[in-house]
Amino acid sequence: MSDTGYIVAAFAVVWAGLLIYVFVLMQHERALRKEIAALKEGMKKA
Amino acid sequence: MRARVFLMLSAVLVLATLAIDLLLIPSLAVTESEKLLIQFSPIFYWHIPVAWIALFAFLCVFIASIAYLVKRKPFWDIVATTSAELGVVFTTLFLLTGSIWAKYAWGTWWEWDARLTSSLVLWIIYVAYFLVRAYISSLEQRARFAAVFGILGFLDVPIVILTLFVSRQMHPGDAAFHLDKWQQMTALTVGVLAFTALYFALLFFVIHLREDASELARLKQSVEEKENE
Repeated sequence: MSDTGYIVAAFAVVWAGLLIYVFVLMQHERALRKEIAALKEGMKKA
Repeated sequence: MRARVFLMLSAVLVLATLAIDLLLIPSLAVTESEKLLIQFSPIFYWHIPVAWIALFAFLCVFIASIAYLVKRKPFWDIVATTSAELGVVFTTLFLLTGSIWAKYAWGTWWEWDARLTSSLVLWIIYVAYFLVRAYISSLEQRARFAAVFGILGFLDVPIVILTLFVSRQMHPGDAAFHLDKWQQMTALTVGVLAFTALYFALLFFVIHLREDASELARLKQSVEEKENE
C-alpha cells in the first residue's frame, strides 16, 4: 500500500466508525419514537 | 430540536476536519527531516484527538460513577454508561488508526510495547464494564456495581498517559508536546476541539435516547397496569 493509501485508510476508519455509530443511534431513536407514539395512541383510544 | 443541535455540532466537526486537511498541506511542507515527516503523518492529527476523547470519556465515567455512589441518582448512572460507550467507540478508533499508522511508519501492525498494551487493556476493561452490566438484572445493584467498576477501571488511564513519558519503545513519546510549527499546532488544536464538540454532542444525544427509553418503559408499565385492572 502507498503512503497515501495508509492515510486514506486511517481517515476512512475514523469516519466510517463514527458514521456507523451515528446511524445506529438514529435508527434506535426512530424506533423508540415510533413505539412511544404508538403506545400513546393506543392509550388514547383505550 | 435535539437532533438539530446534534446535527449542527456534527456539521461543525466536519468543517473543522476539512480545515485540518487544508492546514495539513503547509504543515507537512515545512517538516524538515524524514523522521519528523513520519512522526507527523496526517494520521497523527486524527489519532491524537480520537485518543484524547477516549481518555476524556473515561474520566467522565470516573466522575459520574463517584457522583452516582454519592447521590444515588439514576441520571449519573446514565451519564457514566453513555460516556463508557463513547469511550469504547473512540478507543476502538484510536487503536485502529494507531495500528494503521504503525504499519505505515514502522512496518508492523502491532507491537506489545507499554503504550499499545495499556491502551488495549483499557479497551478490554470497558468492554468488561458492559458485560458486568448485562449480567446483573437488578437496576440498583447493576448501577452500583458498574459505578465501582468504572472507578477502578479508570486506574488504567494514568498508566496509559504515563507511558507517553516513560516508555521509549516503538510508539513515539510526547511528540504532541513538541510541535514547533504554527500550522501543526493549529491543525492539532482544531482537531482536539472538534472531537471534543462531537463527544459532547453524542453524549447529550445518547442521554436523551436513554431518557426516551425510560419513558417507553414507564408507558408500557402503565398500559400493563391498566390491562390488569
